[in-house]
Amino acid sequence: MAALDQTQVKDGVDQETVDAVAEVSTYKYGWETDIEMEYAPKGLTTDIVRLISEKNEEPEWMLNWRLEAYDRWLQKEEPTWAMVDYPEIDFQDQYYYARPKSMEVKPKSLDEVDPKLLETYKKLGIPLKEQMILAGVEGAESMPAEGRKVAVDAVFDSVSVGTTFQAELKKAGVIFCSISEAIKEHPELVKKYLGSVVPVSDNFYATLNSAVFSDGSFVYIPPGVRCPMELSTYFRINAENTGQFERTLIIADKGSYVSYLEGCTAPARDIAQLHAAVVEIIIEEDAEVKYSTVQNWYPGDENGKGGIYNFVTKRADCRGDRAKIMWTQVETGSAVTWKYPSCILRGAESQGEFYSIAIANNMQQADTGTKMVHLGKNTKSRIVSKGISAGKAQNTYRGLVSMHPKAKNSRNFTQCDSLLIGDKCGAHTVPYIEVKNNSSRVEHEATTSKVDDEQLFYCRQRGIGEEDAVALVVNGFCKDVLQALPMEFAMEAQQLVAISLEGSVG
Amino acid sequence: MGLPDVKQSATEARLAAMTLPEGGCLKAARQAALSRVQTMGLPGRRDEYWKYTRPDTLISAEVSKASVFASDEAPMFNEFDRLRIVFVDGVYDAEASDDLSLEGVRIDRIADICCQDIHWAKDLYGVLEARGQSPVQRPLAAFNTAFAQDGVAIHVTGKPSKPINLVYVHSDEMSDAILHHVIRVEAGAEATILENGPAASRFNKCMEIDIADTGKLHLVRAQGRDHERRAATHLFARLGTESTFKSFTLTVNGVLTRNEAVIELTGDDAIAHIAGACVGDGDFHHDDTVFITHDAVNCESRQVFKKVLRNGATGVFQGKILVKADAQKTDGYQISQSLLLDDDSQFLAKPELEIYADDVICSHGSTTGAIDEEALFYLRSRGVPIDDATDLLTLAFLAEAVDEVEDTAVAEAIVARLEGWLSRRR
Repeated sequence: MAALDQTQVKDGVDQETVDAVAEVSTYKYGWETDIEMEYAPKGLTTDIVRLISEKNEEPEWMLNWRLEAYDRWLQKEEPTWAMVDYPEIDFQDQYYYARPKSMEVKPKSLDEVDPKLLETYKKLGIPLKEQMILAGVEGAESMPAEGRKVAVDAVFDSVSVGTTFQAELKKAGVIFCSISEAIKEHPELVKKYLGSVVPVSDNFYATLNSAVFSDGSFVYIPPGVRCPMELSTYFRINAENTGQFERTLIIADKGSYVSYLEGCTAPARDIAQLHAAVVEIIIEEDAEVKYSTVQNWYPGDENGKGGIYNFVTKRADCRGDRAKIMWTQVETGSAVTWKYPSCILRGAESQGEFYSIAIANNMQQADTGTKMVHLGKNTKSRIVSKGISAGKAQNTYRGLVSMHPKAKNSRNFTQCDSLLIGDKCGAHTVPYIEVKNNSSRVEHEATTSKVDDEQLFYCRQRGIGEEDAVALVVNGFCKDVLQALPMEFAMEAQQLVAISLEGSVG
Repeated sequence: MGLPDVKQSATEARLAAMTLPEGGCLKAARQAALSRVQTMGLPGRRDEYWKYTRPDTLISAEVSKASVFASDEAPMFNEFDRLRIVFVDGVYDAEASDDLSLEGVRIDRIADICCQDIHWAKDLYGVLEARGQSPVQRPLAAFNTAFAQDGVAIHVTGKPSKPINLVYVHSDEMSDAILHHVIRVEAGAEATILENGPAASRFNKCMEIDIADTGKLHLVRAQGRDHERRAATHLFARLGTESTFKSFTLTVNGVLTRNEAVIELTGDDAIAHIAGACVGDGDFHHDDTVFITHDAVNCESRQVFKKVLRNGATGVFQGKILVKADAQKTDGYQISQSLLLDDDSQFLAKPELEIYADDVICSHGSTTGAIDEEALFYLRSRGVPIDDATDLLTLAFLAEAVDEVEDTAVAEAIVARLEGWLSRRR
C-alpha cells in the first residue's frame, strides 16, 4: 500500500473510501498449499490436448472438439485493443494441466477427499462440508433455513475436487457437477450446448480455453424448477507456472431460476500466471439466471510483480422469450483483467442487467465491461458500472450496446462512473453504441467525479446540505449495486460497501 | 513492420495517381507528409478508427462522379458583409473573390508563400497535422499536407471588421479537390471564419489553426447540399493560454462526409467548443470524429453534436476527451444525440473518455431514439398538424447545437435555412 500512501489524495475524497480501497488491496489469500502435484509436460501441443482429454476420460467427440479448437487457436492472434500493457506471454512456458496426486483416483464422496485440500478451502472460508451456512457470514443466522444452503463445486488448479449437496439437488432434478463429469454422464446436454454461446473460435483466449479446459462446473435446471439453493464454484490456483482454464456451462430450462456465485483466489507469486476461462449460460423461455462474481485473484505486488492475467469470456444467451440474466461482478484482484460478461437478448422481452464495481490499485490494469446485443423486440438492458482507480492503476470500462433492426421498442440505459484516488492513476470509458431502429431508446451516461444533478437538486431543495445530499445519493446508489449480490458474498462485499463516491462532488 | 497487403496496394494505387506539387519552402513539409502516408498507409475498412465509416471511396484512385446540385436558393451567408475567398473545384478563383486586403488580417495563397523563404506559415504547415497523428493515425490528413493543390494562409493580427468567408464551388462532376489552409491568431486578436459550399465531387480539406495566448477564433461552416459529393475534412487546432476556439458545422446531405477535429489545449484556461448539427435524408453517411486533448490546467472543452436521420441515413459520432495527468481542473463535456425519424436510419457512436488527472469534471452522454410521442401529442392536441409538429420538434432538437454559434445573426440564418429545408422536404 506504499504507493497509495505516497499519492496525493484529492480534497473531499473521504478517508473511509481510501482506507477501504487500501483494505481491499491487502491480499489475504496469498498463501500456498503444500501438496504433491502431478503435472503434464510444459507447453502446448496436440499431445497435451490429447493428454488432458485422456486424463478426464473423455469420449472421442470431445477430443475432436478440442483438437479442432487447437487448430483454430494456432491461426489466431492475441488481441491488442484493450488498454492493458503486459509483457508478451510465452504460451509454451506454461503448464496446462496440474492436479493433486491424491485426485488421481477420483474420490467417490467428500469424505474421501484429501484432508489437505479440504483444509485449503476451509482456510479460504469455503468449507466443503454440507453445512447449513457458510462460516463467518454475518447475519446468516437470522435467515430462514431454506435460504442458507449453498452448494459448492471446488476447482483446485486443473480439477474439480468435490461438489457438495449433489444428492439434495438431484431430488429437485438439478444437475450440478464438474464439467468433466457432465461430459461423461450427460453427453447429450453437453453436446447440445457446449460452444453454442461462445463458439470455439470466438476469440483468442476462448479458443485456447476450448482446446485445453481441464475442468469447471456444469449446471442444468429442468423446466419450471426454482433451484432450492444457491450454487457456487470456487476457483483456486495453487501450482506454480500453471494456467487455469476452466469452463462453466449453465443451462436454465423453461421457467427455471438459479443464482450462481463464483469466487477465486491464488497464492502470491513473483511470476504472473494465466487464467483463461469461458462461461456459457443458456436461458430458455421465462427462465432467470443470476450470476455473481467476486474476483479476487492475486493482483501482483505494488510494483506490478506477479499476479494473475485474467482473460475471461463470459456470455449469456437469452434464447427464449422473457428470459432474464443478471451479471453482478466485484472485480478487485488480478494484475490484468480482460473481461466482458455479455448478454445476447434474442427472445422477445428478454432482459439483461450488468452491475459492476471494479477496483484497481497499485499497478493493476482492468479493462472490463459488457456487451448488450438486442436482437428480439421489447428487450431491455441496464448497465451500471463503477470504476475506482488508485495507486498507478488503469481502469477502463469498455462496452457495446447494439440495437438490431428487429429489436423494436427496446431500451437500454447505461451509466458508468469513475473515481480517481490519487494523481498517478487513470480511468477510461470506451463505449460503443449502435442503434439500427428508431423505436428503441438508448441512453448512455458517463461521468468522472460527478453525481446526478437532478437527484442532488431534489435533496437540496428539501433542505439537505450539499455534502449530505451527495452522500445520500451516492450511498443509496452504491448499495443498490452491492445489494444485487447474493447474501453469501456479503462478507467480501462488506469491505466494499464502505467505499463511497462522496468526494466526487465537483 | 510492413503494412497489410490490401492496405499497401490501395495506398500505392492512390499515390501512383499523384505527383508532389512544386513545393518552394514547403517542399520539406510535403515530402515528410508523403513518407508519413507511406508508413501509415491510407485508411482501410479494418481500421478501428474507421469501424463505422467505409473509407474506400475516399482513398480510391478514381473519383466517383457527383452531379452538381442546382438550387434556387441564395448561397449561405450571402446576406452578411464579408470578405469572400472563392475556390472552384478546389482552385482559387481571383475573379470571383474579393480583394484580400482587410485591416487586422493578412491573407496569402499557399502557392504564393511557397516563393517566399521566410513566412510564419512555413512553421505551421503540416506541423499540427503531424502532431495530430498520435495516438491515432489520420493518414488522409497527411495525404492532404503532401498533395494540397491550393489553400490560404490567414494571419489574424487584430480584430477584422468583417468575417472571412471561404466559398467552395462545385462545377465539375469529376472534380477531386485537396485544400489546405493554415491560420494563425495572434495574442489578443479575434476573427470569424465562415465556410460554405460543396467544393467538389470529392473534397479533402485540412485546416491547421494555431491560436496564441488570449486569441479568439470562431469558425462556422455549412457543408454543401450536393447529394453525391464526398468529403473528408480535418481540423487541427492548438490553443494557447486563455484562448478560445469555437467551431460549428452544419451538414445537410452528401453521400459521405467524415469530419475530424483534433484539438489540443496547451495553455491554461483555454476554451474549446466543437459543435455540429446534421440533417441526413436517404443515402447519406455522416461521421463526426473529435479528439480533444487537455494538456493544461483549468481548461474547458465542450462537444455538442446533434443528428436528425431518415430514409436510411447513417450518423456516426466518435468523440474522445483525453485528460493528461497534469491537466487538473479540467471541465470536459460531451453530448451526442440523434433523432431517428424512421426505422431504416441508424446511429453509431463511440464516445470515449481517457482520464489521467484526478481533479476533473468530465462527462459524456449519448442518446438515440425517435421523436418524443408525448411532445408530439401535446402539439397535436393543440391543433398543430403532425408535419408541422414534427418539424418544430426536430428544430428544437437541433437548436442546442446551433446555440453554440456565438453570433446570433449567423445562428438565425442557420435556423432559417434549416426551417426551409425541413418544410420543403415534405
